Amino acid sequence: MAPAVKVYGWAMSPFVARALLCLEEAGVDYELVPMSREAGDHRQPDFLARNPFGQVPVLEDGDLTIFESRAVARHVLRNHKPELLGSGSPESAAMVDVWLEVEAHQHQTPAGTIVMQCILTPFLGCKRDQAAIDENAAKLTKLFDVYEARLSASRYLAGDSLSLADLSHFPLMRYFMDTEYASLVEERPHVKAWWEELKVRPAAKRVTEFMPPNFGFGKTAEK
Amino acid sequence: MAPVKVFGPAASTNVARVLVCLEEVGAEYELVDIDFPGKGHKRPEHLARNPFGQVPAFQDGDLILFESRAIAKYVLRKYKSEQVDLLRESNLEEAAMVDIWTEVEIHQYHPALSPIVLECFIYPTLRGLPTNQRIVDESLVKAKKVLEIYEAHLSKHKYLAGDFVSFADLNHFACTFYLMDATPYASLFNSYPHVKAWWEDLMSRPSMKKLGVHLCNPTRT
Repeated sequence: MAPAVKVYGWAMSPFVARALLCLEEAGVDYELVPMSREAGDHRQPDFLARNPFGQVPVLEDGDLTIFESRAVARHVLRNHKPELLGSGSPESAAMVDVWLEVEAHQHQTPAGTIVMQCILTPFLGCKRDQAAIDENAAKLTKLFDVYEARLSASRYLAGDSLSLADLSHFPLMRYFMDTEYASLVEERPHVKAWWEELKVRPAAKRVTEFMPPNFGFGKTAEK
Repeated sequence: MAPVKVFGPAASTNVARVLVCLEEVGAEYELVDIDFPGKGHKRPEHLARNPFGQVPAFQDGDLILFESRAIAKYVLRKYKSEQVDLLRESNLEEAAMVDIWTEVEIHQYHPALSPIVLECFIYPTLRGLPTNQRIVDESLVKAKKVLEIYEAHLSKHKYLAGDFVSFADLNHFACTFYLMDATPYASLFNSYPHVKAWWEDLMSRPSMKKLGVHLCNPTRT
């Protein structure tokens, strides 16, 4: 029988990978419906009917259609593994929410900019914007200092238990750690240990298979 | 039971996000002045609450939280009742809709509208800078595309997550209030009648009427 859960998107996207990681962690059977960014599948009417903003991923779970990767992640875990949302107490749920917000508002933009500039610009035929890289590296330096202090005091970001707050970092960091700015993590022992543990989780290794370092551009970068 | 504490100025959109939720659930709270104009949010006492030196921060007994949406959800869960359930976490479908449109506010709505508020109100009024009309015009183009989608959605549903008001709707309060009240672009919503009706419905809520007063009187940064 075909899985009840479908994910639409290209798996090398850190946003799609976030959804897949949660499904893998929850042990949920799913079908990845491949889409082509190059062909503009996300702008076609049948996809816009699923997500009017034309972005991936979209998850279909029975009659439910869900878009926005963090909404997808919350739904999957709420349904199948609520402990990863800190469901045990209001305090633990709040701590998971706090560090999920930090991931979304403090981590994503600077880490994403560095990934875009260092890894993607050669494939897109653009030049690196070193000023943007430097500005965002400075932000990440401060961010990872906060993480180092936090992870010196608790095993995971939200407390003593792994949660979506930790997992939500994985997809973008998978690419970020391929850049020379990985040193920002390597230099901070608690952040490094936290990352090393995340990346060997079976679910993380599984989604990494779909996330080639060249983002699926296939050919070598143009010089 | 001691009232919960919110640290930061009421005119901050992120502090307002928390306050509107506290008002909606009828919780007793204390708004603590941390001398935001004097950079109190960067001093050690506040950094101990929020290591990123931002507002709001929150305290309930021994629990200290930061990030406005995390605080707001904690409040909405703590004070949830038969009458007031703004997260709907015991219903998978409703909770997912609340989450989706909360994310949409962050990633689509706010990025399109807030530059208009910044250029037309915040920068001129609080920093004495001129309006960059190019940025305003670019943002208006983006805002119209987003509002078209909201219009289609709100033609089918009374509120963003369905036929019930939720956290998703409340998250739109401060940014929209500033657009309506403090910029020349209130008429933007006239082309989107369902969006306009949704906004007017929200603004009729006591929580929003009460907090709108604070948004009209921001302190200088």
